[in-house]
Amino acid sequence: MTDTLSTTTNASAERTKLIRAGLRKRHLTEAIFKGFGLGAIVLALGFVALLFADVLSKGIPAFTQSNLHLSVTYDPETIGVDPAPVRTAGQSDADFRAANLKWQRDVALLNWNKVVEASLRAAAPAGFEIDSRQILTIAETNARHQIRDMFVADPTLLGKTIEVDVLASANADNWVKGNIDRNLGDAQQQLSAPARNLIDTFEANGTISSGFAWSIFTNVDSRAAPAAAGLAGAFMGSLYMMLVVILLAVPIGVASAIYLEEFAPKSRLTDLIEVNINNLAAVPSIVFGLLGAAVFINYLHLPLSAPLVGGLVLTLMTLPTIIIATRGALQGVSPALRQAALGMGASKTQMVFHHVLPVTLPSILTATIIGVAQAMGETAPLLLIGMNAFVASVPATPLDQATALPVQIFLWQGNENRNFFEARTSAAIIVLLGFMILLNAIAIFLRTRLEKRA
Amino acid sequence: MDMLAGKVKMTQQTVNTAMNPTDALERQIRLTARDVTVHYGAKQALHGISIDIPDRAVTSFIGPSGCGKSTFLRCINRMNDTIEGAKVGGTIKLDGDDIYDPNLDVVELRARIGMVFQKPNPFPKSIYDNVAYGPRIHGLAKSKTDLDEIVVSSLRKAGLFEEVKDRLNEPGTGLSGGQQQRLCIARAIAVGPEVILMDEPCSALDPIATAIIEELIDELRENYTIVIVTHSMQQAARVSQKTAFFHLGNLIEEGVTEDIFTNPINKQTQDYIMGRIG
Amino acid sequence: MNSFLIAGLLLVLLGIAYQVGWSRSRNLATPNGVKVHSRPQYHGSLVAIWTLVPTLIILALWGYFGPDIVRSFAVSQIPADVIGGLDQMGLNNAVLRLQSIASGYGVTGELAPYEQAAGESLRSFQLLTSLLVAGVAIAAGIAALLFARSRITARLRARNSVERIVNLALLACSGVAILTTLGIVASLLTEAIRFFTFINPIDFFFGTVWNPKFSSTVAGDYGQYGLLPLLSGTLMVAAIAMLVAVPVGLMAAIYLSQYAPRQLRAVAKPLIEILAGIPTIVYGFFALVTVGPFLRDAGAAIGISVSATSALTAGIVMGIMIIPFISSLSDDILNQVPRTLRDGAYGLGATQSETIRNVLLPAALPGIVGAFLLAVSRAIGETMIVVLAAGNSPILRGTPLEPVSTITVSIVNQLTGDTDFAGPQSLVGFALGLTLFVMTLLLNIVALYIVRRFREQYE
Repeated sequence: MTDTLSTTTNASAERTKLIRAGLRKRHLTEAIFKGFGLGAIVLALGFVALLFADVLSKGIPAFTQSNLHLSVTYDPETIGVDPAPVRTAGQSDADFRAANLKWQRDVALLNWNKVVEASLRAAAPAGFEIDSRQILTIAETNARHQIRDMFVADPTLLGKTIEVDVLASANADNWVKGNIDRNLGDAQQQLSAPARNLIDTFEANGTISSGFAWSIFTNVDSRAAPAAAGLAGAFMGSLYMMLVVILLAVPIGVASAIYLEEFAPKSRLTDLIEVNINNLAAVPSIVFGLLGAAVFINYLHLPLSAPLVGGLVLTLMTLPTIIIATRGALQGVSPALRQAALGMGASKTQMVFHHVLPVTLPSILTATIIGVAQAMGETAPLLLIGMNAFVASVPATPLDQATALPVQIFLWQGNENRNFFEARTSAAIIVLLGFMILLNAIAIFLRTRLEKRA
Repeated sequence: MDMLAGKVKMTQQTVNTAMNPTDALERQIRLTARDVTVHYGAKQALHGISIDIPDRAVTSFIGPSGCGKSTFLRCINRMNDTIEGAKVGGTIKLDGDDIYDPNLDVVELRARIGMVFQKPNPFPKSIYDNVAYGPRIHGLAKSKTDLDEIVVSSLRKAGLFEEVKDRLNEPGTGLSGGQQQRLCIARAIAVGPEVILMDEPCSALDPIATAIIEELIDELRENYTIVIVTHSMQQAARVSQKTAFFHLGNLIEEGVTEDIFTNPINKQTQDYIMGRIG
Repeated sequence: MNSFLIAGLLLVLLGIAYQVGWSRSRNLATPNGVKVHSRPQYHGSLVAIWTLVPTLIILALWGYFGPDIVRSFAVSQIPADVIGGLDQMGLNNAVLRLQSIASGYGVTGELAPYEQAAGESLRSFQLLTSLLVAGVAIAAGIAALLFARSRITARLRARNSVERIVNLALLACSGVAILTTLGIVASLLTEAIRFFTFINPIDFFFGTVWNPKFSSTVAGDYGQYGLLPLLSGTLMVAAIAMLVAVPVGLMAAIYLSQYAPRQLRAVAKPLIEILAGIPTIVYGFFALVTVGPFLRDAGAAIGISVSATSALTAGIVMGIMIIPFISSLSDDILNQVPRTLRDGAYGLGATQSETIRNVLLPAALPGIVGAFLLAVSRAIGETMIVVLAAGNSPILRGTPLEPVSTITVSIVNQLTGDTDFAGPQSLVGFALGLTLFVMTLLLNIVALYIVRRFREQYE
């Protein structure tokens, strides 16, 4: 065709040739670049998958736990104690309580290990050779407290035999689950040879069986009895803190956002507040911990380790997040709606509260829940206000000593009994992540529901 | 794909080098579109457009906004590929080669069919780099002098060189709107396209800048096949030899510009030209 | 007095006040067709607010002073000769016993001769005062209610008043953020200055040895508090984190925003964002038990000695944590580059990657740099990952394969469990906190400024 067309076409054919010459290389570069992008996605998703697979594979076994089914005999010979006090007429509350406490103390001073040991021996084959220190390593150390507390609650048990499930010790649990190398020599084993044999025997005769580890959810933390350590206290601590955050951070945050976005006059001051909030959102969480330690604990003398203080610190930390998200939502409302409301003769306050706010509710709600979830996973600032203290009780009020779920994870990962606590820590992580996923799911559910209605 | 072979097969029309506007339809046809449809998801934006675009003349697409004229323009260099969910049907041929041929390289196609956009969109680079960008990626310049030459001649053709020759290294975004648009035209020319598509190139410009661009379009017509989308009938009348009127995704009427404006056949075209719709 | 009872009474009072204001303004309107300025709800709210304020003030005063008043009454009930023989603790004990008797719970042991009578009178005193306070509070509330009611006229701009009060409340709420910043600055500064009375600032900022001594036999020997080992550890970990996060995060953002089909984007984007929602303690654990040992073994396999807890371990895991932060910020910024620029490049025949590399990224560069700075600030402030996985070894080292310590780790170490802030051992936490705060603040200000300028450029 070159023969029929003018020189311009000649030039363009020349150009086409040049362009074609470079195409292969350019397309290769394109493919490589795209490959890098895809690789990055695969890598990022791989990290998510790896992290979850790791935590799940480590943590799921911890949700089952070995239990010992024992027949416990409250033998009057070992349990030599006066009958429980009965309230006499004219005795003051305080006096009765003192008498009761004295009796409980007497009961507590008894050697309940003997009862545990007797029950374990009763379950063992006749004539099994094992000394009492060794046999007691099979049951968790809280077994004696469990059996004692049943007696305190019901003193008529004296002389009776009842069936009781107690937790196997952490070492026994590991042995049953096969986490311990059976070929290691005696010197490296945590459990003595007779104890290991007896565990195997118990497993065979059904004295030991594994079941769902309710103790993770119902028990409080324990150092002496690792197998009995649970999250109940930390869970309540986290719950109280979230309550504080929801009650304080949400209303204050939404109110500030409304003020800054809708009412604040454009002035140096509001500019300052704006810059300030943006920076506050990026202040490291640990700095909020320092603030809490210096102001709430040291200056205002609020109690150490209290969920109330933790909640206050987390409130201050979450506040900027909520403010920024709410402002974003408010900015998204179309000016038409505002003008319509104002045009109807609504005051500015009415416009905001009757028209703008309802429209933005879904976004505000979502942002809030995500902010609260973030606060719930925070650890560092809580360490500085004493929430890493060992607390072996469920906090009854937000002013009691408590820890929180993430702090409990921190404490457990540091436990010396790594073999057992690695799984338990992972289990705690699963609980924490489950909780956060639940919160996020609620956020998504609410958003879709509300958006449909609107 | 062998484009040269395709070109040979192409049926030759009368080659008329005389620049008589009324001869527009007699010219060699560069682009032929047959039954072109476009769907955006479930919505159909174009309903079977068929049109021939003549070589080295200005063809303008007019019609009320949303009529599909820009959509059709973007089909010609496959810019619709970059929009998610857009589906193009029918055939468009450039010199007899189907541009929607799966074997066709869209990069090469766009080098042959350049485009100028509604809003001037110089890259955030220097004036020089803006113009040099196309030749660079396509490997059109063998040396720095080559490249300099392309840049200068492109700027000259776009009528911008005299205004910017002392500040080629300043950012292109610092120019005025009209200058920016001429920079974009220079940028398109630098690749050496055969066809230049212009999507409302003057809609963001003031009347003086518009007049300069229109003059430029008229000059460029000598060397390029130009398709221009415009919302201004006066502009279409001023710059184009052939005009096509679009309405609601349909091509209503096409023909020599003078005929369309003085003696439209279709009632809708008439109404639009009289200002009754639009 | 039971706080629930108080709250209940208060609510009832408010309800009545609202009702009174409401109906009063209604009555204004009905008989003579006068146009009332505000709607009844506003009158009701205004009366309720008037009622609430004095009541709350009185209750708050009592909440603050009440316990002291009760206590001094209890002390006054203890005979002078008994008090003479008591130290502070004994006195507290005696008061507690009296309060115990007064509550009807009783005490253990023999009652001292005066105790029964004193307990009884304390009981009646408590009852009397609480009734009195409640009475005064309610009376004040009612008085305010009546006053507010008398103010109701057709012309009273009740709505404006209520709205002004709402506005003030909103303003007060946004003051909390300012107060927080002030609180942070004040507490960090005062405690850091106290620290510098023990340790010379030059020794702190330019010292190369970190060795705080907790209990020293030599008085005045507090140990050494050189910041540099911690600073180098912090920067090393942050740098490794950025090396991991920037390429992965940026490329992921590019792929998701430019290449990925809609379905993949819809799935992958939230999945990557899951990484952002995972608590850092979980990352720390992951680093400690999985990544660290893996790196150690991998290093051993190729003959390099890598410590399981090291700057490398902490940095890599922190990088993973930051990926979603970088990718979502970059995604935002890439999406803000106008489409016309991309079209311009495509129109010239640029391939997609050429468009991205030559046009999109240069245009988005300022914004992306801002995002990186924000990420750096997050990395240097991150605590739990480094506490668990960096190895806590505050020694100036050049290799990332060895344990390090960071500013945040040292804050945790120096302040955990210690809150009396008496010596430099704990006060140094605030000096470190101040350093960290200033560093992140500067990074944030610069980053936010750049990002803001970038946004304005394309608006």
